[in-house]
Amino acid sequence: MSISSFSIAITGAGGSGAVTTGLILLESMAHYGFYGLLNRSSGPQIRGGESAVFIRFDDQEVLSVNNHFDYLLALDWFNIERFIDEIPLGQSSVVIYDSNAGAIPEVLQKSQAQFMPIDFKTLVKTIHKGRANMIGLGLLANTISLPFASIETSLNKILGRKGAEVINTSAQAIRLGMTTQQEAVSWPVRSLATHIEANKARWSITGNEACGLGALKAGVRFVAAYPITPATEILEWLSPRLEKLGGGLLQAEDELASINMIIGASFGGVASLTATSGPGLSLMLEGIGLAIASETPVVVVNVSRGGPSTGIPTKSEQSDLNIALYGCHGDAPHLVLAPLNIADAVNTTFWATGLAEQLQTVAIVLCDQFIGQSRAIIDQVVVPQWETSRVTEKKEHPQNDYQRYKITENAVSPMSIPGTPNCLFTADGLEHNSKGTPSSMSQDHIEQLKKRQDKLLKFDYGTQWAKISGSGTMVLITWGSSSAMVQEAAHTLKQDIKVIALRLLMPLPVEALVKELRNSKKVFVIEQNQGQQLFHYLHSYQSLPVDAHSFARSGPLPLRPAEIVAFIKEQL
Amino acid sequence: MTLPIKPKAYKSEIKPVWCPGCGHFSVLSALTKALAYLQIPKHKIGFISGIGCSSRIPAYVNSYGFHGIHGRGLAMASGLKAARPDLHVIVAGGDGDGFSIGGNHFIHACRRNMDMLYIVMDNQVYGMTKGQASPTTDPDWVNKLTPHGSQLRPFEPLGIALASGASFIARGFSGDPSAMSKLLVEAMEHPGFSFVQVLSPCKTFRPEQVQWKQQVHTAFAESTDDPILAAQRIHGDDGMGTGIVYQNQLPVWSLPHDTHEDTDIDAIEAEFLL
Ligand SMILES: Cc1ncc(C[n+]2csc(CCOP(=O)(O)OP(=O)(O)O)c2C)c(N)n1
Ligand code: SF4
Repeated sequence: MSISSFSIAITGAGGSGAVTTGLILLESMAHYGFYGLLNRSSGPQIRGGESAVFIRFDDQEVLSVNNHFDYLLALDWFNIERFIDEIPLGQSSVVIYDSNAGAIPEVLQKSQAQFMPIDFKTLVKTIHKGRANMIGLGLLANTISLPFASIETSLNKILGRKGAEVINTSAQAIRLGMTTQQEAVSWPVRSLATHIEANKARWSITGNEACGLGALKAGVRFVAAYPITPATEILEWLSPRLEKLGGGLLQAEDELASINMIIGASFGGVASLTATSGPGLSLMLEGIGLAIASETPVVVVNVSRGGPSTGIPTKSEQSDLNIALYGCHGDAPHLVLAPLNIADAVNTTFWATGLAEQLQTVAIVLCDQFIGQSRAIIDQVVVPQWETSRVTEKKEHPQNDYQRYKITENAVSPMSIPGTPNCLFTADGLEHNSKGTPSSMSQDHIEQLKKRQDKLLKFDYGTQWAKISGSGTMVLITWGSSSAMVQEAAHTLKQDIKVIALRLLMPLPVEALVKELRNSKKVFVIEQNQGQQLFHYLHSYQSLPVDAHSFARSGPLPLRPAEIVAFIKEQL
Repeated sequence: MTLPIKPKAYKSEIKPVWCPGCGHFSVLSALTKALAYLQIPKHKIGFISGIGCSSRIPAYVNSYGFHGIHGRGLAMASGLKAARPDLHVIVAGGDGDGFSIGGNHFIHACRRNMDMLYIVMDNQVYGMTKGQASPTTDPDWVNKLTPHGSQLRPFEPLGIALASGASFIARGFSGDPSAMSKLLVEAMEHPGFSFVQVLSPCKTFRPEQVQWKQQVHTAFAESTDDPILAAQRIHGDDGMGTGIVYQNQLPVWSLPHDTHEDTDIDAIEAEFLL
């Protein structure tokens, strides 16, 4: 049997090398020609605790999780119950485990999977400094008939730092694993589909890196931030690269500082960004309001995790929509955008940065842990030629008549950058008149509020406000990381279904959305949070039919396509 | 000496909202004098503040200014200076703004020692919110919010600046604008974080501060680069002594701008290729 799509989970105690095994497998499969998506999960320990990787492979770009896993490689049973919810197994699933690790845990016994014990302990002893995870990798490789040559390159890339000895020992262990499975033949060996246009450029990239790349490409040259899971990798990736491009990153003392620091830098004329997660976003809100009121462009990437409060730092949830939309006091129109998947994170962050700069406002990019911390093999992303530049005032005003907040046709006023002679102004979060002078007069307030709203509403966002696929009277509306799973659910249902995956959440393109829903008979709003946040938001604009259905459930488990399908079928 | 740019030229046409007799007027005059003395081009000044009566000052100076939010002036200024090292960055605010809500930024701005001037117009009260105790208020000062006084020992700005790593620490008095002006010139000429606490009476909510005129005295005629001596000076003083308490050449933080290799975005993107 030839296979073109399957999922593998690898679990193990701290130090068992489950994650490394997964990363090598992902890269090896990529070299063989496959696409893949790798998510990871870990126990509560800071470092060295049990961990798990979940990888889905496909001969086409794959950005959604599957309904169940075909293989589970359990390097041990250590705390496996912590992960079992994340590893649905089916009848045809194969669980490869260490026969020395004790009885099969109760949580797994219920599953109908086939259990394949392997005497790792004895095998490991045959190789000096050999490790069980590499033998396991060999077993898996042979099971799917992945040739050793594909593994070799990635082995060098991923273990390169550890030196030749480690690489040789690992190669030996992988080979041993491959022959062991051949001899055991206790579970079916499948052959991988071969295919792939060999000349197609592909990337190995995480969502956090993708956000960083989109920002850099759009011109971000200053970042200030305070570390927080699961956003830190954006910062770690950006820091040395900003420096190479003549910019830099400032580690702030807290998020109150980081948002104000980027406002300062942007006031100085440099496109600026911060990245954070829920708790940090909460602290930044007053600063976000300041950037909106003073019309200073900044980008805030929020990689959301389980909330509220400290919540579940390491796992995903789409529950920060409300704070992103409504967190600010006062009438504070701004931009909220959400990448749909890892590949889209490059474009959406690029777009968000360009919009913030053009519209002189705040763009919140709502990413999440599922996108941010997953690694995917994707086709090279080519960013469209979207506009990214800020309108600046270059004319001198010796008569001192420069109006920083002048009411213009498109409501955007050219911004003077410090260093420009005879174009001075003082930016202010206090309500102000068109010159920027503080004012509490009703006319100034009404005028400036309208200006800040108008510039967002008058702008033409083009067609990229959503990714719309398919057509039909059944419409599935979703956003962010759930989009990939909803897409797959629609595919599974094999009906005429339209999927609207929203990229631009604020300002909501109400007219365009209503138009897309015109011929709909059944509308579903699908999202990963308990509070039906998107559903209520869309309803608040009366953009949904009154009988629209809401499918909303909290994280941290990803919405699985089968679960979406089941819900939809129930309503039919 | 005739100056091409006169002090008056640094004053904007906006009329201050301050009460008549407020100490902050003199800070404004001293600052514009200092700017004129140094002939700093107006368009090369980034003047940042938080919220409070004192924090209104940027709009009254002809420069690029940003009147931000309460307590965050130093953070905003640090971002501006990091991104635009060519600008002369000045930060100003009150004792509530800088030592209470912005206390953490004060510590870290001292520690970072970026090249900027920070003026705190200390009136030992929250003026803008109409008379509550600030971190520098005496413990027994009675007001509506704390009718028994705050019962807390006052915060020691100079000591905290010293302990946190500021490289220029001084105290001035708004009642002696020419001395203050000189102090501000020295502070701006100093490379690194220059912290100047200015005793600036609140006429309205602390009328008794008119007596400061009699109490203020020149205490630190010469600066020192010895932190132990500086600490002794601070602890031995009654809080009314003026002058440069401490000045030292310490590493100044800035983004490592000059070390960048010649890389372009395409090279960065190529890292992702399989
Ligand atoms: C987040 C926030 N909290 C509270 C306030 C109210 N507030 C405005 S100014 C101020 C204190 C001002 O005192 P100080 O900084 O000493 O300056 P002064 O007015 O005395 O010059 C307060 C508490 C605010 N603007 N923002
Ligand atoms: S309340 Fe006090 S600090 Fe504020 S302007 Fe009046 S005198 Fe000055």
